[in-house]
Amino acid sequence: MASNTDHLLAVEGLTVSFDGFRAVDDLSFYLDRGEIRVVIGPNGAGKTTVLDLICGRTQATAGSIRFEGAELTRMKEHQIVRAGVGRKFQTPSIYEDLTVFENLELSFPRGRSVFGALAFRRDSEVSGQVEEMARSMFLQDHLDRPAGILSHGQKQWLEIGMLLIQDPALLMLDEPVAGMSVSERAKTAELLRRIIQRRSVLVIEHDMGFVESIADKVMVLHQGRVISEGSIAHVKADRRVVDVYLGH
Amino acid sequence: MLMGYSFGDLGSIMAMQGFAGLILFSVFVLMALGLAVIFGQMGVINMAHGEFMILGAYVTFLTSRLFTTYLPGAFGAYFFVAVVLAFCAAGLAGMAVEWLLIRHLYRRPLDTLLATWGLSLILQQVYRSVFGAREVGVDQPEWMMGAANLSESIQIPINGLIVMALTTLIAVAVYLLIFRFGWGKQIRAVMQNRAMAGAVGIDTARVDRLTFGLGCGIAGVAGSAFTMIGSTSPTAGQLYIVDAFLVVVFGGTGSLIGTIASAFTISQARSTLEFFLSGSMAQVVVLLTVVGILMLRPQGLFVLKVRR
Amino acid sequence: MGVLNRKDLLFIGLLAALVLIVLPMALEPFRLNLVGKYLTYGFVALGLVLCWGDAGILSLGQGVFFGLGGYCMAMYLKLEASTPEATKIQSTPGIPDFMDWNQITELPLFWQPFHSLALTLIAIPLVPALLALVVGFAMFKRRVGGTYFAIITQAIAAILTILIIGQQGYTGGVNGITDLRTLHGWDIRTDHAHTVLYFVNAGLLIGCLLLGQYVRRSKLGRILVAMRDKEDRVRFSGYAVADFKIFVFCFAAALAGIGGAMFTLQVGFMSPSFVGIVPSIEMVIYCAVGGRTSLLGAIYGALAVNWARTTLSEAFPELWLLALGSLFILVVVAFPDGLAGIYRKTFDPMLDRLLPWLRRRPSVHGPAVLPAQPIASAE
Repeated sequence: MASNTDHLLAVEGLTVSFDGFRAVDDLSFYLDRGEIRVVIGPNGAGKTTVLDLICGRTQATAGSIRFEGAELTRMKEHQIVRAGVGRKFQTPSIYEDLTVFENLELSFPRGRSVFGALAFRRDSEVSGQVEEMARSMFLQDHLDRPAGILSHGQKQWLEIGMLLIQDPALLMLDEPVAGMSVSERAKTAELLRRIIQRRSVLVIEHDMGFVESIADKVMVLHQGRVISEGSIAHVKADRRVVDVYLGH
Repeated sequence: MLMGYSFGDLGSIMAMQGFAGLILFSVFVLMALGLAVIFGQMGVINMAHGEFMILGAYVTFLTSRLFTTYLPGAFGAYFFVAVVLAFCAAGLAGMAVEWLLIRHLYRRPLDTLLATWGLSLILQQVYRSVFGAREVGVDQPEWMMGAANLSESIQIPINGLIVMALTTLIAVAVYLLIFRFGWGKQIRAVMQNRAMAGAVGIDTARVDRLTFGLGCGIAGVAGSAFTMIGSTSPTAGQLYIVDAFLVVVFGGTGSLIGTIASAFTISQARSTLEFFLSGSMAQVVVLLTVVGILMLRPQGLFVLKVRR
Repeated sequence: MGVLNRKDLLFIGLLAALVLIVLPMALEPFRLNLVGKYLTYGFVALGLVLCWGDAGILSLGQGVFFGLGGYCMAMYLKLEASTPEATKIQSTPGIPDFMDWNQITELPLFWQPFHSLALTLIAIPLVPALLALVVGFAMFKRRVGGTYFAIITQAIAAILTILIIGQQGYTGGVNGITDLRTLHGWDIRTDHAHTVLYFVNAGLLIGCLLLGQYVRRSKLGRILVAMRDKEDRVRFSGYAVADFKIFVFCFAAALAGIGGAMFTLQVGFMSPSFVGIVPSIEMVIYCAVGGRTSLLGAIYGALAVNWARTTLSEAFPELWLLALGSLFILVVVAFPDGLAGIYRKTFDPMLDRLLPWLRRRPSVHGPAVLPAQPIASAE
């Protein structure tokens, strides 16, 4: 195996416990540049907690998370974002009172300090990028509408767009197609394949059809540990995975 | 050595001031217990909590008057009747307030805070109109004014012991109710997901009303105890509200032991410091320390780590 | 995306006309001075719109900042009134009278800078902002907010009041700092001075209104609103959320400090009764009555509530507390958007029909929900 520095993300010995309950237990995995990795596992397996740990929302009890050579466990959330990690939440998390345009504009990576925000001007670069992003998220006709009135699927896209406009090297998506219609799912899968070009993606998803349509590699979590890792065919054939999903 | 006192002296001072602070401690505990139920379990900030305490104090005052006039023979026992009446009066008033006001604001904690502040102003004016702006004091029965000799040098006031016993009784009752008999679970279920709690058969409106009433009722009992250390006036409750909230957050919301421990710490620190400093400076030092500690440890002293 | 659209200009113009022309012409000097006093609370209310209405941070300690600004000004004025000649009957001439009464023989160190007018003028916004910085840093960096923050700020208001009252040798105690006479040699007690101060105050207030409007229309303003609704999303868009909260809290504190200083100048004294829990929470109601998300509304709210207080307590003193209490409840339960909310629902659409040229020209990506509407109706 190549040395850790070749990976975009290297998670080693990651552990977090809440009052003695180990939600993530000595977890290690490596993510390559340009890879789409899907995390699956039963409820309570620790999937969302892993994303929380990487983006700094939860403090690790032990272990390390290295991202492009930087140790994320010692950084604050906004620093992790600025280092190039984007995170989408399970339920769409957008600013309902602001327009689609403003939602994207606020996510544009400029003027992020207090005084930078005071001095921020909406120039042609910002408008251009926002409009382009809206087009790729199928939202070009909704720019001036408050985001609160979008459909559930459109809100999911908007949030993905808000992440992409930051141009992150690692994109983490928590159940991006939950609550979407069949056609929206297909569109989202296409979208993800398109945006993957220059970045790595870590996705939590339950929908196996969707997983098969996008994943390079699948990782199965159970009780905070990786019990199987590899191609979809490999994982599906794994006895332990079947046991976990069907129960003993 | 501190300001010329030896450690032995300091020990005695602590003990004496400690017993002198028994009633203050009890008032704090009872106020904070009521708040711990309302704020800690329901997440509602009740700024009128002090006024519910004063309601209990006025009820105690009225009861003592009734006994002096109609049952002078039984005056020695009036306090126990007063406590029950104070609990009922404040509890019923609390349930009425919950029904009229609080239940419309469960999703808006900051607005609840402002609305209950408005309520406290209205109650103060009502007290002023009914009982007058002047302070009223309550006579205590002869036997409660005495002291029990613990040792030759240390005496404990009887009324302090009685109030202490009452406080313990209520604390245990609240503990059993909230943490042992599952009422706390129902309250938290209602607060976290009203629709789901309703769907699994919890009468959410009833849980809200009884919980709020219980918290206010305990404040009423605090009012009964309060009549022994201070005179009752329409605005006396306001002086206690900040302290009571600090006691609750300092102890860690949701932790009953924490609430009692922090009430003990704060009241004892204050009465001990009052021996060395002026009363107001003692209060400043204690409040500043508590605020300082809360800034360093905002979750309070007794809280477990949980996944957010 | 300009800071002001036509409607804003109209409504700010109307406010300016009211406070700079109509009221001075209509009111006798005594009443005008009272209005000037009410307007000083407008500074506090403006800060609360940004802090509470936009960012969702309810501070119950704005009286602290108002008081600090006011005390800074009062200390300067008191020192000017305590020349050795004016105080030669004291056992220590040249120090404020209340210090002499409390057997203090030397001016305390923290009073020294207030010999200088320049330092005083700097201290008026800076001292409140610095305290806000310390409190905000400690609280917001640790993610403390909501009701918890409100309680802590209230405790701070209690502490400062007790401290001021307890340390009467250094602060003038419960009576406050009284018997103030001149500002840099200019007598502030005459009717003429009151009128001049009124205009200075009103002008400053409109200046602060424009400043507040600039902040709200900047990207920072939208971040505040975004933070109130989805704090985590803002954080995970790469913003240090705490920094923005600290900024807006300090900004509100500085505004309150300016209001306090103008209060001292116009009323002629400063006392702890403007600092504590009760005045602090009343300042919140000025903002709530006007509409917590409207800068103009906040100023009208401060005017309306204080005018009602004066009128009611002159006529029926016992009713005022009842009225104020009911106002708290009414505003929260029935009119959470205050006067501005009523305007938005009823008068704004009417205005659009009557004066169509006021409506913003259709723009590309309309300056959004927030900037699309006049201040009075900005969400």
